[in-house]
Order: sequence, then C-alpha cells, then structure tokens
Amino acid sequence: MEHHWKQAKGAFAAALAPPGLWLALFFLLPLGAMWLYSFGENAGLTEIALSGTFANYARALEPLYLGIFFKSLAVAALVTGLCLLIGFPVALAITFAPDRWKPWLLLLIMLPFWTNLLIRTYALIAVLRTEGYLNFTLEWLWNAGSWVTSTLGLGALPPFEPLALLHTTFAVVFGLVYVHLPFMVLPLYSALDRMDRSLLEASLDLGAGHLRTIFQVVVPLAGAGVVSGVILTLIPALGAYLTPDLLGGPDSQMIANVIERQFKRANDWPFGAALSFLLMYLTFIAIALQSLAGRRTAGSRR
Amino acid sequence: MTQADDKTVMDILRGLKRGASRRSLLQGLGATGVAIGFGGALAGCGPAQPPPGGGEAPTLNFYNWDTYIGETTLADFKAATGVDVNMTLFANNDELFAKFKAGNQGYDVIVPSNEYVTRMAEAGLLLKLDQAKIPNKANLLPEFQDATFDPGRAYSMPYTWLVLGIGYRKSKMVGGAVPDSWRYLFDSRQYAGKIALLSESADLIRLGAKYKGKSVNGLTPDDIKVVEEMLLKQKSAIKAFHDDNGQDLLVSREVDIVLEYNGDMAQVISEEGGEDIGFVVPKEGSLLNSDCLCIPAGAPRPDNAHKFINYILDGEVGAKISQTIQYPTPNRAARDRMPESYKNNPVIFPPPEVLAKCEYGTFEGAEKSQMYEEAMTRIRAA
Repeated sequence: MEHHWKQAKGAFAAALAPPGLWLALFFLLPLGAMWLYSFGENAGLTEIALSGTFANYARALEPLYLGIFFKSLAVAALVTGLCLLIGFPVALAITFAPDRWKPWLLLLIMLPFWTNLLIRTYALIAVLRTEGYLNFTLEWLWNAGSWVTSTLGLGALPPFEPLALLHTTFAVVFGLVYVHLPFMVLPLYSALDRMDRSLLEASLDLGAGHLRTIFQVVVPLAGAGVVSGVILTLIPALGAYLTPDLLGGPDSQMIANVIERQFKRANDWPFGAALSFLLMYLTFIAIALQSLAGRRTAGSRR
Repeated sequence: MTQADDKTVMDILRGLKRGASRRSLLQGLGATGVAIGFGGALAGCGPAQPPPGGGEAPTLNFYNWDTYIGETTLADFKAATGVDVNMTLFANNDELFAKFKAGNQGYDVIVPSNEYVTRMAEAGLLLKLDQAKIPNKANLLPEFQDATFDPGRAYSMPYTWLVLGIGYRKSKMVGGAVPDSWRYLFDSRQYAGKIALLSESADLIRLGAKYKGKSVNGLTPDDIKVVEEMLLKQKSAIKAFHDDNGQDLLVSREVDIVLEYNGDMAQVISEEGGEDIGFVVPKEGSLLNSDCLCIPAGAPRPDNAHKFINYILDGEVGAKISQTIQYPTPNRAARDRMPESYKNNPVIFPPPEVLAKCEYGTFEGAEKSQMYEEAMTRIRAA
C-alpha cells in the first residue's frame, strides 16, 4: 500500500509546483530584494545603491538598537511566559471537557480571530483608559465599599482615583497576552489531547497526587506542544508593532516600531532592512534551538 | 487590509470612542463606503486607455487624507465636468512618499504637505503644473501665491494650511491660566503625567528648538542634542507619544495638555463637550504646514487632474470644503464666503502677531530626517 514518494516523482512535482512557485514569487523574491537592500546605501531620495556595505548592520548592532532588541525580547518572553501560565490550565480543561463541548470551547478560543486585530486593540483602549470600563467598574466597587463603610459608621472612603493603565508597558503586555493566547492554547491542546490517558491513571494509581501527576507526567508529555506554543507566541510577540504603538507609553517602543519608522519617517530602507534581517536571524536561531531540543527529546526516548 | 482602510477603521472607532459625536461616526462610515467602493475600483483603473476620438477617460484617481473633502465636492465635480473621482485615503506623508517611491500606481492628484512637496519634487515624483490651466490660482491670498518650499508654485497649489499648538482642558489648567508657552509641554513638570506629544520626530525636535529660541530650520547636531536632552529630562512627565490623535486623548481625559494641529482641535471644540477644550499657539511661535494639491509623475490623466485642481480652487467649492473640514483655507474667495464663526475663530485663524513668529519647516535632506529620527529613537529607548 505504501509508496515511497520517489516512485511518484511526476505527481509529487506537479503537486509541489504551484505552492513552490507561489513561495518563490511572493516570499523569496521580495525577501531577497530586502536582503540586498540591507547591504545598500541611500543614493538620493528614491534610489538605493547596492554597494555591499556592512554599515547598516554595524549601526544595527550599536548599543542603542541592541538595547531595543533585548527589551523587545524581554517583553516577548514575559508575554510568552504569561501565555503559558494562563494557556496550560485552559488547554488542560478543554482536554478533559466532555467531548460534545470540545468543539464549542475551541471555537471560543478562536472566536477573537474573527475580528480585526486593530478593532480588538481599540476595544482594549476603551477598557483600559482613564475613563474606561475597567476604571468604571473599579469606581463602582469603590463607591459601594464607601457606602458600606459609611453606613457602618466608619466614615466614607476617600474619592476614587482612576488607575493609569493605558499608555504603560503593562498595557502592552496585557494586550500582547490577550492577542497571543490562542497561539499558545491550540498547540498545547493538540499535544494534551493526544496524550495516553492510561498513563495518568497509572500515575494516580501508583500514589502520585494530582499536582504531582500534572507536573511530572502531563507537562513532560506535552513538551512538544509547549515548545511549539512558545515559538508560535514568542515570534509574533517579538515582532509586535500595532500593540505597543497603540497601547504603549513613551518608553514602550519595540523593535518593530523602530523598523517601521525607518521605512516611513526616516526613509532609510537599507537600515530598516538590516534591522528586519537581524530580527529574522534571531527568529531562525530560536527555531533551530527548538528543532535541536526536539531532536534531543526524540533521541532520549529511543 | 490596506493602510487607508486601517485609518478608516480607526476613524470609525474614534467616532464610537468619543461617543458624543454622531457626526464623526457617520463621517467614518461614509469614508469606509468610499474606501471600499473605490479602493477596489482603483485596481482596474491603471494607466487609462484613451477613449476613441482622443482625450482622457472621464475618471480621476484622487489620493487624499481622511475627512479632508467637502460632503458633496466629488459629486458636484462629476455634475460639472462628467469626470468620476475615485478617492482613496492615506494616513500620513511618509506613507504617501513610501508608496510613490515604488512608482505611481495610477493616481492623478495627491495632497502632500509642504516639506514633502519639496521632497517629492526633488525626487522627480511630481509633474510640473501647467499654470495656464489653473486660472483660479488668482483666488489665493497673496501670501500663498508663491511658496519657499515650492518656488513659483511650479508643482503645488495650496489646499489648506495648519499650525501646531497646544490643546488643553480649560478646567484642569492651574489658576485657569492659558498654557501659552512650549514650556508646559517640554520643560515643566506642572502637568506631569498628563502630557501627550506628537510622535513625529522632526516636528518635536524643531518645536523644541523653537522654544529654545532657534529657528525651526538649519538646526545643527548640537541644537538637536540640546533638545534631545531637554526631552529626555521631560520624558517621565510625558504620558504618551500620539499619532496625530491628541484631540481624542484630550477629549477622553487621558491627558490634559497635548501637542496638536489647529484644525483637529477646531473640530473637537465645535463638538459636544468642546467648551472645556482650548487651543493656543505658544508665544514662542510654531511650525506651519500647508497641504497642497499636486499631480504625481506618471499620472494617467493629467488634463482631468488640472481641471480638478482648478475646480477645488474655486471660491464656492472651497467654501463648501472649509465648512466640512474646518481647516484654515489659503483661498481668499472661499474665506470671504464663510460665516463669521469661521473667519473670526481664533483656533482656526490664530492672532497675526503669533503667526508672524511661525515658520514653515523646509526639507533639508534625508540625512537630517534620519538625525531627527535617531534622536527620537534614543529618547524613546532611554
């Protein structure tokens, strides 16, 4: 029944040609042009001379930009960690939910994708700002508390001071976690759902508690899902640009915002291209590490 | 989703967010109609095939800012000339420049600001105007007949002008004082945590220099350094760098004092709740801008484009546009037709003694823009 793909070369090539062509034309070609730009310099307002210079990369590696890279990485790592912390119990809960609920629960996770990212971000602005829904709720609770204390004869609470939530790095992290949570939950769910339940029963039968079972059996078994969830969250979070732009404060810029400004305001495409490629190299390294880790776990299992 | 569509979505949301203003919501939705209706059509409107019998096809692709045209202007133009105008929207000059850097995709009329008129003309991206086809140029005020950024008006006709200043919430100003100096934004902790600045690097550095008593043009690296240090010191007092939506931050009480354009402020002041909002051009002087009608190089229908520009400069047409957009007009014939509430509005037309201290920013080469940008990156990264 099983044919090796080499025995059906023609069919294989025919099936591969359209996506291959698509990839070459709309991904590799523009990417290659950008790569060439990153070794160029501005010659006049619209021309870029491909001089083979490394000056753009040298500038991109200056402490100023490296600092922004690392800050973006720190924010992305924090976001990924929070997503994992929140996403794991959610994925676990869906795994153990009754079968007829599962599609609905998964639908709920994916539902936000039906709305444009920009609209979701603006909705967050309406929630977080000084006169936003979160502060309204807090104010209502505060006033209720004040009513309780004054009826108890303890005197009213001081007037409510709205929290400054919007235009802070907190808002950026909050927004990024909100946006990227599905990318974490879905791979975790698919890893957990394939898990052999008898292993859990064995663990519980042999005297391990629920928590111990989760940390020593479930988490290691979900390792592949965790790694792909982390990669799927970390990479887009690292390149996030809309969220820090709209929710961030004066010091919340991330590397993608700096790149965007090179292509627009600064009109410095070569430098913008160099920054983009540095970001991409970082991403490649992350993926290489993932596959290395994957190979190691696969090897140790054998 | 294109940038223009994104901008439209933002405007709809801005309308929703503001809550009070139904008008801006309807405007936003109207603009979506335009963007969706014509955005798709534009793809098919590349270099036009001349119709049999010579002349140009009766269409025109107009690339404009959002909420920046009269309610009936395009329909009126069609009724007058038979030319169908497809309007698409751009969000800022950088987007416009980046788009045309890669070639003209079929636009006939665009609206860059002064500095970008120079930049695009220098880069060979604009077509020289045929002055004989624009007799309505005579309607312009004398000071707009010529421009330093475009000598002899070779490439551009002024559409509006605007000036940066300080928008503020009157009830939050200490002692009810008018914040008539850049000090309140750049060099004082009086409104710490309640300040929003425009994120445009060149504008910020130049206004900082203006506060320090310099001109906005011809700044040296040392001047830039001085402004950078001032802003670094001020940074902890700044709530946000905004993308030209400072008026919304002010209306939603996110901040109390904000760097914004007079036209944007005039719009929110005329809306519900606007009586607590004020606008002042600081006594040190400020940056002037002028958005101009230009024909990009490679425009498929230059004849229609000239007709359209001439039509916009007509007094009656210009007045209708000003009624909608509330920006100062450079057109005397249009201004004369406007009500007193517009002509004598100190937000739209700041007092002449302050305007006398204002300057246009001139384009001083790409290196200068990159210097401003890097200073700004340093400020934000610190």
